[in-house]
Amino acid sequence: MVNLFNYIEKESPVHRLSGASKFALLILWMLAAMLSFNTPFLLILSLLSLFFFRLSHIRLGEVRFMLIFTLVFLVMNNLLIYLFSPELGVDIYHSRHLLFTIYGRYTVTQEQLLYHLNVILKYTATIPIVILFVATTHPSEFAASLNRLGLNYRIAYGVALALRYIPGLVSDFQAISLSQQARGIEMSKKESLFKRLKAASNIIIPLILSSFDRIEVISNAMELRGFGKHKKRSWYMSRDLVWEDFAAIALGFILLFYTIFWTVWNGGRYWNPFVA
Amino acid sequence: MNSMMKKSFSVKGVVALGIGTALFFVLMRYASVPSPLPNTTFGIQYSVQALVSVLYGPVIGFLVGLIGHMFNDMAAGWGVWWSWVIASGFFGFVMGFASKNMKLDDGVFSQKDMVVFNVAQLIAHVIAWGGMAPLLDILIYSEPANKVFAQGLLAGVSNIIATGVVGTLLCLAYANAKPKQGSLEKE
Repeated sequence: MVNLFNYIEKESPVHRLSGASKFALLILWMLAAMLSFNTPFLLILSLLSLFFFRLSHIRLGEVRFMLIFTLVFLVMNNLLIYLFSPELGVDIYHSRHLLFTIYGRYTVTQEQLLYHLNVILKYTATIPIVILFVATTHPSEFAASLNRLGLNYRIAYGVALALRYIPGLVSDFQAISLSQQARGIEMSKKESLFKRLKAASNIIIPLILSSFDRIEVISNAMELRGFGKHKKRSWYMSRDLVWEDFAAIALGFILLFYTIFWTVWNGGRYWNPFVA
Repeated sequence: MNSMMKKSFSVKGVVALGIGTALFFVLMRYASVPSPLPNTTFGIQYSVQALVSVLYGPVIGFLVGLIGHMFNDMAAGWGVWWSWVIASGFFGFVMGFASKNMKLDDGVFSQKDMVVFNVAQLIAHVIAWGGMAPLLDILIYSEPANKVFAQGLLAGVSNIIATGVVGTLLCLAYANAKPKQGSLEKE
């Protein structure tokens, strides 16, 4: 089976948490990091996420391919921001401390550097947590946990079905793609734009139509087994919550409430050392 | 609204949500077609989302985009970009509403349907990538306006072309594979 979500089975305090509490913490954590441009707070969040990473016994080598993507995306995004708006920081912090000028409008200011630091810290504060969630939560448990968090079980079951069918679809896709390429279909830049899209259609249309046929088969099987008869259902992979789970959820709420209170108290989202 | 919810979450709707999300995810991750512009790919996944929305309505269409895009971001390692995830969901919602009168399951995809489908996808993509995603990027992440609008424009144009070609072909192929209503005659 293709291990798409990179679940890594281990024995650790993070693995022992239930999927529901981990997902709740993930969402609250991301909200807090998303809303805040409070640099010291983002720094603390980053350190905290590294601490959890240590706690999970996941080694860096095991998630290397994801970290490479993170790094590339981080560099690209910062570069693009600078190319498009070299003085965005000046607008945000309402002050201007010029350090030096590279060329023309491309200046380097303390404000811009602080803004970029914030962007980088937002990545380091959230991405280890997302990777950690993906690496320590079994996909089936994830679906069960959505239901536990109050999501309608029909939607949660839809998510469970998706997670179950993704590996099969990936191998179907690769098989169809290879067989079409063997027939001489070209999808790289050598072909014209329209031909490339046409070629893609030749691969995905059989894949999609055969998958849509499955909808009928699966829903008939589910109907025969009485799916959706009751208001509730039980989950094979769900776990009882223990005190660590409540601690994790509480931590999430503390982070989010702190961000909201700080923003109100500060009168804005930005931590601004330039205007005293 | 209540009857719409009921129809969406029939057993068939639940399975369509699952299969649709899986397809959206797989296509977004593996079936990217390089476009002439650097670092942009055609969003083939929106054609599937459009077909799911036409067949199973706006609620399922919305969820397919939302969950599929969220999974993709989670698996990719660049963190979840909620601004773009929400815009993906929005696209399915609009397509579901616009196609209320289509009878694809009866094997009908007329020229009028084709026009409606393409006008709807054009409008939905323009709002999603030209307005929603960049505005949310500015609001949530305080990204520079000119950068996010340029990115949105690139994504929007390539998604419109991809959905226009692949999405339309897909709807035609789906309708052709279905037996027409009244195609059997009593002798």
